[in-house]
Amino acid sequence: MPGLGTTFGRGGATTALPDLMNADAILIMGSNMAENHPVGFQWVMEAKERGAKIIHVDPRFSRTSAVADIWAPLRAGSDVVFLGGLVNYVLQNGKEFREYMVNYTNASIIIGKDFQDTEDLDGLFSGWDPERRSYDLRTWAYAHCGLDTREQQSGDGGHAKESGCITVSDLTTCVRDDTLQHPRCVYQILKRHFARYTPEMVESSCGVPKELFLTIADTFCSASGPEKTAAMCYALGWTQHSEGVQIIRTAAILQLLLGNIGRPGGGIMALRGHASIQGSTDIPTLYDILPGYLPMPKLGLNSRNLDAYLSKHRDKTGWWWNIDKYIVSLLKAYYGNAATKENEWGFGWLPRVTGDHSHQGYFLDMMDGKVEGLFVLGQNPAVAGPNSRLERKALTNLKWLVVRDLVEMETASFWYDSPEIERGEFRAEEIATEVFFLPAAGHAEKEGCFTNTQRLIQWHQKAVDPPGDARSEPWFMYHLGRRLKEKARLDPRPRNAGLNALTWDYSLIGKHNEPSVEEVLQEINGRVLPDGTLVSGFLELKADGTTSCGCWIYSGIFPAPGQNRANQREPRDFYGHGWAFSWPADRRVLYNRASARPDGKPWSERKRLIWWDEAQKKWTGLDVPDFTATKPPDYQPPARAEGDAALAGDRPFILHPDGLGWIWAPFGLADGPLPAHYEPLESPVRNPLYTQQTNPAAMPKQRADNQYADSPDERFPYVMTTYRLTEHHTSGAMSRTLSHLAELQPDPFCEISHELAAERRIQNGDWVTITSMRGIIEARALVTSRMQPLDIGGKRVQQVGVPYHWGYRGLVKGDIANDLIAISEEPNVRISEKKVLLCNVVAGRRAQGRQALEQLEKHIGGRLWQ
Amino acid sequence: MAVSAFLTDATLCIGCKACEVACKEWNHIPADGFTFTANSYDNTNNLGASTWRHVLFLEQPTPLGPQVTGTEDPFRWIFLSDVCKHCANAGCLEACPTGAIIRTEVGSVYVQPDVCNGCGYCVVSCPFGVVDKNHEVGTAFKCTFCYDRQREGLMPACAKACPTQSIRFGEINDLRQQAQIRVEQLKQRGYSDARIYDPQETSVGGTHALFVILGEPEAYNFPPSPEVPTIHMKSAWSAALISALAVLLVVGLAFAL
Repeated sequence: MPGLGTTFGRGGATTALPDLMNADAILIMGSNMAENHPVGFQWVMEAKERGAKIIHVDPRFSRTSAVADIWAPLRAGSDVVFLGGLVNYVLQNGKEFREYMVNYTNASIIIGKDFQDTEDLDGLFSGWDPERRSYDLRTWAYAHCGLDTREQQSGDGGHAKESGCITVSDLTTCVRDDTLQHPRCVYQILKRHFARYTPEMVESSCGVPKELFLTIADTFCSASGPEKTAAMCYALGWTQHSEGVQIIRTAAILQLLLGNIGRPGGGIMALRGHASIQGSTDIPTLYDILPGYLPMPKLGLNSRNLDAYLSKHRDKTGWWWNIDKYIVSLLKAYYGNAATKENEWGFGWLPRVTGDHSHQGYFLDMMDGKVEGLFVLGQNPAVAGPNSRLERKALTNLKWLVVRDLVEMETASFWYDSPEIERGEFRAEEIATEVFFLPAAGHAEKEGCFTNTQRLIQWHQKAVDPPGDARSEPWFMYHLGRRLKEKARLDPRPRNAGLNALTWDYSLIGKHNEPSVEEVLQEINGRVLPDGTLVSGFLELKADGTTSCGCWIYSGIFPAPGQNRANQREPRDFYGHGWAFSWPADRRVLYNRASARPDGKPWSERKRLIWWDEAQKKWTGLDVPDFTATKPPDYQPPARAEGDAALAGDRPFILHPDGLGWIWAPFGLADGPLPAHYEPLESPVRNPLYTQQTNPAAMPKQRADNQYADSPDERFPYVMTTYRLTEHHTSGAMSRTLSHLAELQPDPFCEISHELAAERRIQNGDWVTITSMRGIIEARALVTSRMQPLDIGGKRVQQVGVPYHWGYRGLVKGDIANDLIAISEEPNVRISEKKVLLCNVVAGRRAQGRQALEQLEKHIGGRLWQ
Repeated sequence: MAVSAFLTDATLCIGCKACEVACKEWNHIPADGFTFTANSYDNTNNLGASTWRHVLFLEQPTPLGPQVTGTEDPFRWIFLSDVCKHCANAGCLEACPTGAIIRTEVGSVYVQPDVCNGCGYCVVSCPFGVVDKNHEVGTAFKCTFCYDRQREGLMPACAKACPTQSIRFGEINDLRQQAQIRVEQLKQRGYSDARIYDPQETSVGGTHALFVILGEPEAYNFPPSPEVPTIHMKSAWSAALISALAVLLVVGLAFAL
């Protein structure tokens, strides 16, 4: 998410799925779109029928590759080399869309002279602090732009808007060279930075033959320019890496160079992992942000009071100038009349971030006995979590565990039927964890909305009542909150002040007292206070406490009573206006100002989207302008202008303080202003580009119960990658329990090449045992040409594909692939590196019971943690 | 009512199996059993009493038209959703002694479950191996062409669920024309082995489930020239008659001599 957020301003997909149909080429990488997004993939097939070239780059030949025009096998974890190779190809061959790049990106901005690149420091950027294991970002700043020295460490990263440092004087003083000749302009730095990412490097590091790479580079670049556009689609194959954010950054840089952002058929389609994942970051289940990507206050850093928070996060120029309106309106939505100017709208009642509260962080804390209780909703960490053996053991350290799900899945039953019981690692009667299993309603048994992968918020009705005691999440949350508030009401301790102040007054409907979710959506939309009139959009929000809004980017979704725009069902046009609601303000293609030239005319008739209508004096076209509708293209900001008014009429990236797309990220990222290739935490090779082997800022969380193999490691010679299949859903809790899905993929399997099968004497369909430093599992072998051995720097590298859908319950069962994976944290978003690790594969089933661990210990040549 | 048909296009199929699942859901067909086959991603094997749509997965050492791949040897992975062919001259229908199998007003071949007595003649008479007996229930089952849905003006569940229009549903002559256009288009794009599978020249007389496939039909379990068993009636009866006469002759001679 910061990959896109830092580059463009928002962490959402820049385009809409139907718009892929307009593309002249589509690069699908880090995604198996046909299998995991088959419905959205119809637009890729449509594009193909219209003549677009579909390129799939992936470690495996999957169902996506089967229908692509080009498939290139790639060594898992070498994505930055491949994409950096494309960037280098563009720069060396003059393939960039120069007019777009010069006007709409920071390619021409000059960087301070103290900056040193990874080329100078052998894999580190200037500012690295080995003690704190983080960067001091002062040297990354634009030249002549004074930095706010109160905040120099980049270490916080995170999902929120990037932490502002540039002040208004920066924009007027920052130096540009539109000829791109200055040696310290972003363009020249970029060119030097990626100069060694050659086709030969791609061949020897990624395993993609040079000719094939050049075919891909030519196909993708030829489909870009004023008359053409090319799109990219990615999913968890890019995110789940120790440098995941920087992989996405490389792609985003490439799309900026080629002028493919904000234009029809262009963009980067971030394919989210499952239903409403986009929604659960917009209105977050993440610990470090508040709704609408407002940063969560962090203890000691910016949380003292609202002024301190705003002085850190409010940009003087660009759209985030309005952050005061959004945070105050949010606090008014939370605390209602109790939020007053005197108490800073209740800012003091917000919880503070005090450490690593991510999934990874709290499971390690749980393992160490620091967590008492856990609610698990919509997740199955006993199967889906990284190092899931550790996660299951951690659950035994809880005092209580509440699981809400459709069925009693592995996380609810770990205490009596997990592999650890069979292996005698723990015994049910010795586990003190009190487990509460509560039945949940399925999506057809409740109403509400999903926010899908393209930021589209779609309402769904209830089809049937949930059976028995099953209830919806809103019901559970509302009544839990109501009971907690009842307890807190009579308890005057200061810690209860926020809970007591919280508004909790939704209408209750039906025999089960379900809270009205339409009212929740209205609260999200926002109201004018005190009369409660619904606002028509975020432009109406104010910082003086006269408006409330639960999530500013969703504002406008419910502009009047009875007008639930998420429930619109009549599309008026190709982009689907009239069908549901796309945040923000129903804009379907973000940054669409960039679809027109600086003078406001479309780049080409074929690729027109929005344009300046001189007669009407406003932006018009096929989409809702992602721009101030009446700001003319030749607008120049007056001196000392603030907010959006400080951005000129040709600055499409309105959330950035300079209105530009960021090829260079002066701040906002914990691991560099530009992407650099680092090997995965476990790799079969040494980093061919720098002495620095792995992402210096990544957190491997290495400890006795979370060990790593060496890179390379004779014990674990193969690269393993995990993924999902069309037939199952994530941990399988919703698919292994349904016979019609379970029968389609009944057993866990691994996919291996003919060569690996011959090497290890494995026949198609045989049982095999797969081990890593963390665990041991068994699976059936599918021996197939779809897995190709790769030649990496003179070494033959085999890759093993393992889907992770199986567990110890359901109609079909099997070993848990995530037992093999380490808990690690990418430095910006703390995601674990699930897409690449080292493993070993041998023929035959694993030993049973306790002997399985002994088998693994024997292979490792040391003791395994118990 | 117009004569309806399926056009299933292997070059548009992404192997998602939504058709297979939608069919089972709509028609309340039980699962087949949870057996891992190691046959690519196909674990339901073939059409049968409880699988009325079946997605084939073919891994072949042949290039896919103009596709460029990084495989060391030529390779393609083809998916095709197979279904009852609803033959113009249906072997099952002709073999059915109870009249349980009928031709509907939309041209499909339909097994009436309440009339079928489970004799199994239809099973051996289907040139495509589609009809199958459910040994628990004791009667024959196959694709109903969603007769119930079609009577309500709805398209069959499989076609409705297909995300990529690999399964098209419509009037048979329209679809035959579309299939022609599609194959020509594919050939122009470099898929030189594209062809229509719709055996009109044999005694089956064409089917109501047309297919666009790549390469030889045998790879898809399609007989290259399927025949309705009844065409063998004449020769079978003639042979029987000749045999009977021969026996009579021998017997007669035995007495005479």
